[in-house]
Amino acid sequence: MAGEDHAAARHLDAERHHHHTHAGSSQHPGGHHLLTVEHLSVSFRMYDPAASFFAARHVEQPVIRDLSISVHAGEIVAVVGASGSGKTLLADAILGLNEPNARVTGSIWFDGVRCDARGVERLRGHGISLVPQSVDHLDPLMPVGEQVVGACGHGHAGREERARRRERARQLFAAYGLPEETMRSYPHELSGGMARRVLLMCALMDDPRVIVADEPTPGLDLELAAHALDDLRTFANAGGGVLLITHDIELALHVADRIAVFREGTVVEETAAANFASPDLLEHPFSRALWHAMPEHGFAAVGGSAGACAAQGGDAR
Amino acid sequence: MADGWIEDRGVANGEAAGDAIAGSPHVCRAAQRSRALPRLLGKLLRFATLMFAVSFVTFLLVSSSPIDPVQANVGQTAYATMTPERRVQLAERWDVGTPVWERYTAWLGDALQGDLGESLRFNAPVVEVVGERFGNSVALLAVSWLLSGVIGFALGVAAGVTRGSLFDRVVRGWCYVLAATPAFWLALVALMVFAVYLGWFPLGFSIPIGASAEVSLATRLHHMVLPALVLSMTGIANVALHTREKTCDVMASPYVRLARARGEGTWAVAVRHGLRNLVLPALTLQFAQVSEIFGGSVLVEQVFSYPGLGQAAVTAGLGGDAPLLVGIALASAALVFAGNALANVLYGVVDPRMRGELTHGA
Repeated sequence: MAGEDHAAARHLDAERHHHHTHAGSSQHPGGHHLLTVEHLSVSFRMYDPAASFFAARHVEQPVIRDLSISVHAGEIVAVVGASGSGKTLLADAILGLNEPNARVTGSIWFDGVRCDARGVERLRGHGISLVPQSVDHLDPLMPVGEQVVGACGHGHAGREERARRRERARQLFAAYGLPEETMRSYPHELSGGMARRVLLMCALMDDPRVIVADEPTPGLDLELAAHALDDLRTFANAGGGVLLITHDIELALHVADRIAVFREGTVVEETAAANFASPDLLEHPFSRALWHAMPEHGFAAVGGSAGACAAQGGDAR
Repeated sequence: MADGWIEDRGVANGEAAGDAIAGSPHVCRAAQRSRALPRLLGKLLRFATLMFAVSFVTFLLVSSSPIDPVQANVGQTAYATMTPERRVQLAERWDVGTPVWERYTAWLGDALQGDLGESLRFNAPVVEVVGERFGNSVALLAVSWLLSGVIGFALGVAAGVTRGSLFDRVVRGWCYVLAATPAFWLALVALMVFAVYLGWFPLGFSIPIGASAEVSLATRLHHMVLPALVLSMTGIANVALHTREKTCDVMASPYVRLARARGEGTWAVAVRHGLRNLVLPALTLQFAQVSEIFGGSVLVEQVFSYPGLGQAAVTAGLGGDAPLLVGIALASAALVFAGNALANVLYGVVDPRMRGELTHGA
């Protein structure tokens, strides 16, 4: 798939192709998407939680079903869904970090090439990088500089690689306004803002084409979160692609070019952020419900509380 | 780290907050150094209290034991044929009639001057007896301690990393069986199989029966192998199961997830991040294991007739030899205390978060 047929095609903002509509900054260099996930399903083989303890049989518990999403060069795509709805599993599937009891089907295309399971694993840190949620993702007993540098292998080649990456880490620390002494600090000595930048540097160290950012700004209010995502914007503007996973529709509309509305394990609508200007431009009833549930549109909801979480309650008219 | 995030909210640009926080640990460290001396004094005070308590309780226990030390040590026949004057003489020597607090204060007075008294059973100064027995035991204890630590840690890490595999299941099954096996029973089985049927190892003692003290190192080692292996077995299960659990936690941690997301393989992650984070629990276990091994040695030395500290403890206890028993109790308490104190110091070396918090826990 991945659109060789529309190689040099130019799309209007709201024009639809491949299940989605475009934003102004979405590009197809080389005639394909940077990352495409098609018909992804993830299920877990587990003991039937509904049955009694001794009678429980193995059942397949589907978590993500038939999910498709694309990331273009130069854009931030936000996957917006309620907390605990399985968004992180999407990140895991893209990175090939699946639990042993997970069954994953579907196809992943990276830069026009279809990847099998091993191919996906090879892309980890070599094309696709993860920016995780919190400082927990840093080893508490390793200086952060060494963590940004990462594993380098052994022997002569390893030492050369290490020297190269150390130099690059130094540049990154300088570029992100952290003093060089910080490289010797341990994670517990960092502030939240510093930890976020260190996590981003861990990703940038590997020169990725696509960054998967999984709730990278927990606990920050809209203004600070948007500010914290400036660095991802810079990365996208330089031709990278960002898949931003968040529960915060307002933040998503603030920073993302396109929005993928995630509900009950699948993307119900993938559309330009601009289309959220009016509910008439949105196709899926759930997206429209989400629009109505936003504070500035009067919380006209579904379920009772505000935001994406509330709209999970059901389709509102 | 939660406060770090909150800190950020108040300051529009995270930098200012970040620098303030990054600066604080150095300030703390300097302040902590100036408190090092009182901390050391506190530690010594705690050690003194421990020694005092251990000696007092041991005295109390020995004196409330129903064993008549004279009968127990002289033997039934000798006691029966003894003249009453002789009995009175012996009872005096063993302090039979003296109240416990009187005996204890007398002992304490001597002990504070460095004299731990005479062992009545061995007819030698307690320090000498404990020193000699400790010399016999120390190699046995050290070897079992290291073996259980090293083998247990290796098995635990390997099982934890390959969680759910056949290897993991075999290790776990073996450990459960081992953990449920009493040390003395295992010692008896080992004796029957390896010393009696197979004849690979001697039946007991630290040197061949009847041999003088000058035997070769190889002979001594040959006598030590079986007791050391049996003694380490009980520890292996404990260490391996705990390490496995900890390894599973580490391998499921967010930082391992990030490392894997950066393309590092399972074993590479285990070496780079796993070992670093497992050293701390392993140290805790290993030093807690000192007392376990010491306790186990009492049984194992008894079965193998190995003339170590554990066997001396049994002799002293059954013979009502209060000074010797107190001496052994003090020596082992000091050993365990030293082990824990060392572990505390090592925590600080390994974990930057714990530097300057060494007084917590003994």
